[in-house]
Amino acid sequence: MKKNTGMTGLVIRRIFCYIFLIVLTIICLFSFYILLINSTRYHAEITRGFSLLPGKAFFHNLKNLLADANLPVLRGMRNSFIIATASAVLTTYFSSLTAYAIHAYDFKGKKAIFSFILMIMMIPTQVTALGFVNLIRSMNLMNTFWPLIIPGIAAPVVFFFMKQYMESSLPLEIIEAGRIDGAHEFKTFNRIVMPIMKPAIAVQLIFSFTSSWNNYFVPSLIINKRDMKTLPILIAQLRSADFLKFDIGKVYIMIALSIFPVVIVYLILSKSIVQGVALGSVKG
Amino acid sequence: MARKQSSCISYQKWGYIFLIPFFLVFLTFTLIPLISTFYNSFFENYMSGLSQVGPNFIAFDNYKALFSNSDLLTYTKNTMIIWLMGFVPQIIVSLLLASWFTDLRLRIRAAGFFKTVIYLPNLIMAAAFSMLFFTIFSDIGPVNDILISMGIIKEPFRFLSNVTATRSLIALMNFLMWFGNTSILLMAGMMGIDTNLFEAAEVDGAKASQIFRKITLPLLKPILLYVLITSLIGGIQLFDVPQVLTNGNGSPNNTSTTLIMYLNKHLYSKNYGMSGALSVILFIITSILSLIVYFSFTKKNRMEGGKKR
Repeated sequence: MKKNTGMTGLVIRRIFCYIFLIVLTIICLFSFYILLINSTRYHAEITRGFSLLPGKAFFHNLKNLLADANLPVLRGMRNSFIIATASAVLTTYFSSLTAYAIHAYDFKGKKAIFSFILMIMMIPTQVTALGFVNLIRSMNLMNTFWPLIIPGIAAPVVFFFMKQYMESSLPLEIIEAGRIDGAHEFKTFNRIVMPIMKPAIAVQLIFSFTSSWNNYFVPSLIINKRDMKTLPILIAQLRSADFLKFDIGKVYIMIALSIFPVVIVYLILSKSIVQGVALGSVKG
Repeated sequence: MARKQSSCISYQKWGYIFLIPFFLVFLTFTLIPLISTFYNSFFENYMSGLSQVGPNFIAFDNYKALFSNSDLLTYTKNTMIIWLMGFVPQIIVSLLLASWFTDLRLRIRAAGFFKTVIYLPNLIMAAAFSMLFFTIFSDIGPVNDILISMGIIKEPFRFLSNVTATRSLIALMNFLMWFGNTSILLMAGMMGIDTNLFEAAEVDGAKASQIFRKITLPLLKPILLYVLITSLIGGIQLFDVPQVLTNGNGSPNNTSTTLIMYLNKHLYSKNYGMSGALSVILFIITSILSLIVYFSFTKKNRMEGGKKR
């Protein structure tokens, strides 16, 4: 009897959970669904009201957008892609190298250095923005990609993730074995350590890529030349231009172009990404 | 043991060499800018029309000006209100989800699907997400269309002219972007808890809610603190979403202007003194918060290290 009520309690709880989860899913996907539908509809259709089914204006909207000289979207995507790829590669490689230095070697001041990196981990880039922009100006690097790529080499958060991963999956014996074979230290890192780190590197490549792809604050301070602008800057420009009145289709397709590439990559790799988030957490 | 020690000594220099790129870049692009930001905060240096004022050394006058003006207080309040509006539901929903996903008796099906969905908004470009919300919630947008066609309202509701509605939209976006991340962190934390504890409690006839309150929550405290403070630091940095949603105006009437939007305004108007002082204040606040995180979880590590041995 008692067990029976326990079972019905469990069933009720389960039903409640599913309802809650489905509602959350709808809230999460609602805006993206509208984006998907409306980017395929004509301006006139969109203003007439909402529809649950897609239209046929995808290529029409795309053509309109690409023809707009004030919003160089393809150029923006190319710029964002170059910056995000370069900074993701640098970030993951050098963060692994830094983590390896702390993980594999014993040297004076190692603990202090490790603590220092952990302490600076949370400092937001915004608070150094003034000095950063002044520095970049004095280096004559305004309106170039360098200031958006190079600083990625010092990424404490990625470093911490790599360090955590090494602790769980990089036994020092492997490194010792590499040394006996007479390999150079740098070679050991590139040939032996990096391949072992592949899963962590894959996850961090994606994270660094998206965070650079999505970055708005610093690029907007560094870049104001039309042909150098990145996607987030163009999006902000789209907002200030008040397009809603003359072509909403264009607005939707532009947002779609900035969001869906990341969504597609994410859906393909979601399993390892979600696992990666947990991996880098403070499990202690 | 002796062999290991000797090998460590001979390879010691490589540890330093491998640290060079990190520290070189950190020094150039973070430390020097930080020092120059501090330095600038002590000078009067801005554009008045087309003429340059300063730089004149004025010691702490920029700070005095910041604190005597009500703007700083207003924008701090805005930032904190919007952060709380997003964070409270975020932590509640994340705790619920994490406890369900790790509940062995509940056995949620399609957990992989739900995890994928809830994490998705985290990877979306905040500027584009905000632009999307602006479009969807505009006076002629789909949400108003739907509400009118369902007969809930007669005229379009002007979301972005209403203080609470604007703040709620920003908080909602923040919530959507971060609750998946928090859920996964908490899940990892809950899976680290010894399952014997749960089994013992169940044998003793504890209810799910009791187990949650008496076992899960206390053991999660370090991670909860971590989530709270990192989220607070993230909340202080709130910028992209309100900036794009309100076109940088913080409309209506600056009620959604955040601290970083305020900083951004000073940076754009080239007021180096004021933006320097504001940056320094934000730096001090975030540093204190980071140190709390740092000490709380190094303490925890030490404890666990002790347990293992």
